[in-house]
Amino acid sequence: MARAIASRRSFLGHSYNLVGVVASLVILAWTLVAIFAPTIIPHPIGDIVDDDYFGPMRQGLWLGSDYLGRDMLSRVLMGARYTVGISLAAVSIACFSGVVLGMLAAVTGGWFDTCLSRFLDAMNSIPSKLFGLVVVAAVGSSIPVLILTLAVIYIPGAYRFARALAVNINTMDFMTVARVRGESTAYLIGSEILPNIIRPVLADFGLRFVFIVLLLSGLSFLGLGLQPPLADWGALVRENIGGLPFAAPAVVVPSLAIASLTISVNLLIDNLPQKIRDRDA
Amino acid sequence: MTNLVEVRNLRIKATTDAGRVVEIIKGVSLDIADGEIIALIGESGSGKTTVALSLMGHARPGCQITGGEINVNGKNMAALSEKERAKLRGTDIAYVPQSAAASFNPASTIMEQVIEVTRIHRLMPPEQARKRAVELFRSLSLPDPERIGGRYPHQVSGGQLQRLAAAMALIGNPKLVIFDEPTTALDVTTQIDVLKAFKSVMRAGGIAGVYVSHDLAVVAQIADRIVVLKGGEVQETGTTAEILSAAKHPYTRELLAAFEPKRRQAHADAEPATNQLLRIDNVTAGYGAVRDNGLPLVRAVDSVSLIVEKGRNLGVIGESGCGKSTLARVIAGIHPAAAGDIVFDGKPLRRAAGKRSQDQLREMQIVFQYADTALNPAKPVEDIIARPLVFYHGLDRQARSRRVDELLDMVRLPKALRYRHPAELSGGQKQRVNFARALAANPKLIICDEITSALDTVVASAVIELLKELQRELGLSYIFISHDLSVVEAICDEIMVMYNGQRVEQITPDKVKAATHPYSKLLFSSVPKLDPTWLDGLVRDPELVSQYGHR
Repeated sequence: MARAIASRRSFLGHSYNLVGVVASLVILAWTLVAIFAPTIIPHPIGDIVDDDYFGPMRQGLWLGSDYLGRDMLSRVLMGARYTVGISLAAVSIACFSGVVLGMLAAVTGGWFDTCLSRFLDAMNSIPSKLFGLVVVAAVGSSIPVLILTLAVIYIPGAYRFARALAVNINTMDFMTVARVRGESTAYLIGSEILPNIIRPVLADFGLRFVFIVLLLSGLSFLGLGLQPPLADWGALVRENIGGLPFAAPAVVVPSLAIASLTISVNLLIDNLPQKIRDRDA
Repeated sequence: MTNLVEVRNLRIKATTDAGRVVEIIKGVSLDIADGEIIALIGESGSGKTTVALSLMGHARPGCQITGGEINVNGKNMAALSEKERAKLRGTDIAYVPQSAAASFNPASTIMEQVIEVTRIHRLMPPEQARKRAVELFRSLSLPDPERIGGRYPHQVSGGQLQRLAAAMALIGNPKLVIFDEPTTALDVTTQIDVLKAFKSVMRAGGIAGVYVSHDLAVVAQIADRIVVLKGGEVQETGTTAEILSAAKHPYTRELLAAFEPKRRQAHADAEPATNQLLRIDNVTAGYGAVRDNGLPLVRAVDSVSLIVEKGRNLGVIGESGCGKSTLARVIAGIHPAAAGDIVFDGKPLRRAAGKRSQDQLREMQIVFQYADTALNPAKPVEDIIARPLVFYHGLDRQARSRRVDELLDMVRLPKALRYRHPAELSGGQKQRVNFARALAANPKLIICDEITSALDTVVASAVIELLKELQRELGLSYIFISHDLSVVEAICDEIMVMYNGQRVEQITPDKVKAATHPYSKLLFSSVPKLDPTWLDGLVRDPELVSQYGHR
């Protein structure tokens, strides 16, 4: 206990530790890459720049070439865009809808709560990859379809999580006080409940982001995600899987990219800065 | 070594989350002789529980014993290893927690848990331990001592569970028992039985005890000596009689004064009695399925009628479970009544709060017992107090800010507190904020549901004084719900006694001694007095006790 406190440093009234800082730097780096990818890639992603396929790392082609001789560095940098962008959009939709519905169900209760909960439980019981497969097979694969599918898959989880937290807050006396004051449901969920559950909800947001990155990569690996020549990290792993016997960097690097992002998000969630409540220090 | 316990210059430090070290016990010394019961008394945060726990060599997480000696039965608890301490706990020193209900394991029988100590320390075979436990149950005057051990913790009452916790502590034949506010959570009528049982068992076994409490009257009944703590230091030590009659330290005097709050002066300028603010007629409310006659299965409030006049206060008193809190919720519309009428300020009120007009809601405010849960922990004090100002009065930012300052001033809180969150306030400060929020609505009637029961005596009496002052200034009326007679006496013009959902009697504070209903008599006679001989001299009509006491 005492050691854990000692290893934390403080900044702006919050204490933080080294793991959290490193993780947030990795996330920040990938975010910047995702935003500026088109301006920093050395070659257009579709251009064949190497005579050989699965070329090794060398000057000019820092991460080697892929199965068609395209520049791997450019493709990984652009892949960050799709992986981070699609996942972020999907997780935002999923968490926003899930959390709002969850709080609404907790505050309203009764039939509304029962019906919504059972419906979303039913949704939850469909295996996520299977659901993705069916939707993509039915309406084809495009970026909006992917975002919506991923969001729908993760709404029930976000709903359950938020509802469980909100139900606890709902039994507090300050909720009764607000109700007797005559407050509207919108005020109750937005102003009384949300500030009390926002921290766990944000942690859940990060966790769900990781799930979505992995599911998106999985779908792309199966060929149901982004379609060529665009490629997210999962698609990059799949299209270069033939390089595995040659130990080609083309298959290792996107895997490392997926791992570094998801692990960093997890580590950051576990090591979020904590507010110091001792004001006299 | 002459005394059983000799604590010398004890220092305990705590580390805060910012890494700052705070000294919470600053050089405490005390002695306990064999068979002597001493009381540690003081407000919350004074370090009384920390000192008591240190006698077992235990410091709570984040705290360390940094200096001094704790000699118990010739061994220095501070210097022993954790393993050696564990050997002494349960055999030499035992502990009775504040909330027995939270300390028993709901999944196994009481007997299993009571004799667990003998199993851990291999003191005696289980058969013998069970026999000894039954003897203890009998000496603690528990009902049906032969069979009570076979029950589960939820099948016995709170007072019984507290005595069972004492049996658990006593089974290892300890030389010292630490009681950590064991009767704070009990009703006065139950508290007496528990205190009597503790006292006789301790005296019979010649066991020394440490009794931690903030209630001076309770302590007066059981302790030989009293140690007054404040801010981690001993303020005063003396025999019970000395402390009660000739307290030297100002803090002790404050504690004594808080016990006898000043009576409210009867209103000389009281408005005519016809000026009714609230009238409820034959209100019934409860829980469970609604039956054919439109009434719920369990009636928590049964045909209760009451009248509150403008500028006057009504006290509602009774033990836990008598329906007094439900009555408050029925009046406020949180729990709609199943039958009966509520008339407020001359106009009939709808039963459910959701159907009342905004003005009706504004004019009647309710203040809850636990300020911890009644204040949103995520919001600063100014937002909490400002919300009714926006909601009811539509004040703009500047007017709102001025009014928040005024309200903080009214409840005697410094203005700088407005930026703090509830977690950064003390219990008394939180309750004041809670009250300021009710005042912000400009109400005519405030329903106070046990608002002082979670506070220390001194803080509670300050809050009561504040309520009286505000009433004079603002012409409010209060409905004051409490189980504490001295609080109700201090502030109310009329006292209504409730038992089992029904109103049994309504009297004025000066006639409390002349109560006519038997339950009122029992209740009023059960309130501990600051007289050490009170408990021993107390004679209660056994018929009354068997009829109304929950043993």
